[in-house]
Amino acid sequence: MWKWLHPYAKPERSYELASTLLPWFSVSAVITLVIGLVWGLAFAPVDYQQGESYRIIFIHVPAATLAMSTYMAMATAAFVGMVWQLKLADAAAAAIAPVGAVLTAVALITGSAWGKPMWGTWWIWDARLTTELILLFIYIGIIALHNSFEDKVLAGRAAGILTLVGVINIPIIKYSVEWWNTLHQGATISKFEKPSMPSEMLIPLLINILGFALMIGALSIIRFRNEVIDRNSMRPWVRELVERESI
Amino acid sequence: MHFETLADFIDMGGYGFYVWLSYGAAFALLMTLTIMSVRGRQSLFKKIRAKQMREQKLKAYRTGNNNEPKT
Repeated sequence: MWKWLHPYAKPERSYELASTLLPWFSVSAVITLVIGLVWGLAFAPVDYQQGESYRIIFIHVPAATLAMSTYMAMATAAFVGMVWQLKLADAAAAAIAPVGAVLTAVALITGSAWGKPMWGTWWIWDARLTTELILLFIYIGIIALHNSFEDKVLAGRAAGILTLVGVINIPIIKYSVEWWNTLHQGATISKFEKPSMPSEMLIPLLINILGFALMIGALSIIRFRNEVIDRNSMRPWVRELVERESI
Repeated sequence: MHFETLADFIDMGGYGFYVWLSYGAAFALLMTLTIMSVRGRQSLFKKIRAKQMREQKLKAYRTGNNNEPKT
C-alpha cells in the first residue's frame, strides 16, 4: 500500500488526483442536493408536533453533524502533518478549515431560526448551542493561525496544535445533549437504535447528508488545489500549468 | 407533492419566515464560500502570471544589456 500511496506525497501527483476527483464530487453533490432538498421541502410529510417548521432539519442536521466530521478530517490531516512532517497534509488541513467554519455557521443560523418558533428564543446559553459556538471560534482561530505566518511550515504547526487541542470539543458537542439538561433534542439518527423518524422523512434527510458530504468534498478539493498551487508557485510544474491555462 | 398550492408552499404552515430564512442563509453562506474558493484560484494564477512576466522582462533587460557592444 505504501508503494501505491507514496507518489501522492508529491504535490504534482496530488494536484492531478484532486483535479480528476473534482468533477465527480461537484456533479454528484449538485444532483443529490437538488433531489434531497426538493424532496425535503416539498414532498416529505408534515411533522405532527412541529408542523412545517421541521423542514429546517434537512439543512440543520447535515450541516451540524458534518461540521463535526469535517473537524475530525481536518484534525487527521493536521496530525499527519505534524507527525510525519508532510507538507501536503498541512495544505489539506488549511483547505478544510474554512469549509468547516461555514458549515458550523450554517448549523448555528438554521438552529437559531428553528429555535425561535419552537422554543420561543433565537438563542440560549445551553450546552449544545454553546459548544457548537465554541466550535465556530476554534475554526476561526485555526484559519487565523494558518494566515498569520508567511512561513507555511510554521503556520501548519501552530494551527495543527490548536486543531489537535480543539478535538476535545467534538465529543463534548456530541454528548452534550445527554450529559446536561438541554432544550436541544437528542440525536434523531443513531447507529445502534432504530431512528426516531419515519422513513418518508429519514430518506430525504439521509440524501441531504450525503449531498452535503459530497459538497464538502468538492469545496475541500477546490481549496486544496489552491493551497497546493500557492505553496508551490515557484515550481516548474505550476508555471507550466499557469501557462497552459492562460490561453 | 405535499402542498396544494404555491402559496401554501411559501407559507409553510405559518413558519415560512423561519424556514426560508434558514434555507436562504444556508444558500448564501455556501454560495459565498464556493465563489470565494473558485475566485481564489483565478487570483493565484494572476499573481503567478504577473511574477512570470516580471521575471521575463528582467531577463530580457539583462541579456539585452550584455549583448550590447561596448563602446
